[in-house]
Amino acid sequence: MSGGAMESVADAAARATPKRVAGRLRGLSDRAIAWLFISPTIVLLLAINIFPLLWTVYLSFTNYRANQPGREVKWIGTRNYERLLGSEDVWGYMQATAHFLVWTMVLQVIIGLGLALLINRGFRTSGFWTTVILIPMMLSPAVVGTFWTYLYQPQTGIFSYIINTFVEVGALNMIGSVSLAPWAIVIVDTWMWTPYIMLLCLAGLRSIPPYLYEAAEIDRANALQKFWYITLPRILPFLMLAVLFRGIENFKMFDMVVELTSGGPGSTTELASINLKREAFEKWRTGYASAFAVILFVTVFGLASIYVKALNRVRS
Amino acid sequence: MRKIGTFVATALLAAGAGAANAQDKELTLCWAAWDPANALVELSKDFTAQTGIKMNFEFVPWTNFADRMLNELNSGGKLCDLMIGDSQWIGGGATYGHYVKLNDFFDAEGISMDDFLPATVYAYSTWPKGTPNYYALPAMGDALGWVYRKDWFERPEIREAFKAEYGRDLEVPTTWVELKEIAEFFQGREIDGETRYGAAIYTERGSEGITMGVTAALYPWGFKYVNTPGEYDMEGAVNSPEAVEALEFYKSLYDCCTPPGHSDAYMVANLDAYKSGQVAMQMNWFAFFPGIAKDEVVGGDVSGFFVNPGQNIEASTLGGQGISVVAYSDKQDEALQYIKWFAQPDVQAKWWELGGYAVHVDVAGAPDFPDSTPFAGEFLKAMDGVQDFWQEPIYAELMLAMQKRIHDYVVAGDGTAKEALDKLIEDWTISFEDDGKL
Repeated sequence: MSGGAMESVADAAARATPKRVAGRLRGLSDRAIAWLFISPTIVLLLAINIFPLLWTVYLSFTNYRANQPGREVKWIGTRNYERLLGSEDVWGYMQATAHFLVWTMVLQVIIGLGLALLINRGFRTSGFWTTVILIPMMLSPAVVGTFWTYLYQPQTGIFSYIINTFVEVGALNMIGSVSLAPWAIVIVDTWMWTPYIMLLCLAGLRSIPPYLYEAAEIDRANALQKFWYITLPRILPFLMLAVLFRGIENFKMFDMVVELTSGGPGSTTELASINLKREAFEKWRTGYASAFAVILFVTVFGLASIYVKALNRVRS
Repeated sequence: MRKIGTFVATALLAAGAGAANAQDKELTLCWAAWDPANALVELSKDFTAQTGIKMNFEFVPWTNFADRMLNELNSGGKLCDLMIGDSQWIGGGATYGHYVKLNDFFDAEGISMDDFLPATVYAYSTWPKGTPNYYALPAMGDALGWVYRKDWFERPEIREAFKAEYGRDLEVPTTWVELKEIAEFFQGREIDGETRYGAAIYTERGSEGITMGVTAALYPWGFKYVNTPGEYDMEGAVNSPEAVEALEFYKSLYDCCTPPGHSDAYMVANLDAYKSGQVAMQMNWFAFFPGIAKDEVVGGDVSGFFVNPGQNIEASTLGGQGISVVAYSDKQDEALQYIKWFAQPDVQAKWWELGGYAVHVDVAGAPDFPDSTPFAGEFLKAMDGVQDFWQEPIYAELMLAMQKRIHDYVVAGDGTAKEALDKLIEDWTISFEDDGKL
């Protein structure tokens, strides 16, 4: 839009609009036109994102209950936050979430990268296997959670049967055992979402120019050196992006785990989001749940910001 | 002649329009998706035949029933004209104005609450509890009972083995201690070449399962929610030595005598465990017993039924529901018409025939009622000693707290029974403080 011959945004817009409206547009600056065009989006964004966020922050300082509309809403200061941060149970939910988050990310990165490297070798049926590997990702998490309850069934489930063919452990109670249930949900999530990590890694691998490997061959670099000095740095931004997306998703994991364990046994797999839903929409402690949501939001936002900075550093 | 013709045509048109009007009317009844709901669909065909009002049904599986329907009520939804809501909802239904108060309607239509079993009127209809303020008509009596493999109990070799081990005959248990002994006896036992287990008990985490199961033990031990009726003084009642003992007992029953993987089980899981021949006994609602009695595999003489065993006292966990008119419905007149029809003794008799638990005294109080089915007598015994969970408006919050504390202890083995009940009092105290009751 620079240069004397180029018409202004306002002129271009005015030419493309009906005469009656065009007359009004001609008097506006480019900046005003730009604001005019983006204002509906901004209004929408404010209405559906920013306002609810601010409203949630406000509610977090009250005793509001959404199922009692006639009840007086009292400002109770930081009491909800004090209760939350002083509650052993809440720390338990956060620990369960951290365990789930860390282990799913670790396993999915290792397995996903491994699969991507394997598929990238371009063997004859690699296309077919790529499709097969992607199938779990296409299923609904609720469905996945439900059918894994059958697979995990200690007496008739195939999971226990397979494990017992390798190690004689008897009926393996994956979702009823305190020590195994946290791993049960990690395994299912890893089964479901490793293909996603694999897909992004594969995109990274395909973007590496072959001449880099040819140059490394000339320099007599071995396979490990090629991986360490060429492959890994080149796919790291892709990998980090995949981890960011999956990390945010898993921080708010709900449906699959509810179907699989309902948060049990006890509260062993009660992730923060599951408890948040119970507080907000089953107990109807809206103010308390809002405070919890704010804490979770700040945590995710803080961690994601740090992570994005690291990602940008890697990219640069 | 012409005038007569016009008159006849007008009359025919008016009659046609009237019929069309009746046909246009319809009601939606909301309830849980389970066996009695199917019986109600069948029963309601008579209502449609008599009134021309079409009945629609919205049935939700039990595990999502409270969640779904309470959201519907809380949001002032118009989906349901009639609600067969759980007994614990009556406090919220009345306090938050979800249910229509039925006193004037009952008076006008001559419907007397004296015609229904007193325990059901108290539990399903009144708020505040025990006062003559009615928000529902008792619709479906229910309590937690037990089903057992009568055929196994009668086998001579099994009876001998039991007598050798416990020094008494293998009979239906009358106490929880006896029940556990029987469950221990069957646990891991080979019968007909299959490994069997003791008992399927409620352990469900998400909705109300483990609370309903554990209260079936707590009540017979003498558990009370409060020391003083009408007050909220829970310390010493909820965590009394008897309550601690009962909770420990329930955990020991879970640890010793349930099938593998029975850690998140409610009604359907118990039915499955029983019908597949895994367990010798199952706890479940009486509502399922007609279905079990007719079952191809475990029906007939294969199964027997018994009331929840006593311990220090005789007591059972209350189930069942009343039928209410939803205050947000635009069709309250038709909904009241349904309740009036449902309250009739002949309709109640048919309700019982079809598999619903009628609690009209003409039906349940009839001399031949106890012998009408293999479980009817046990049902009446249960209804004599039923106790219910909190029916406070904030019952869901109280329920979820108990679900967590009990599941943490019984299934996850976290802490002691005393600690679980102490924490439960803390949770409930916060809830009542928030609600302005403390």
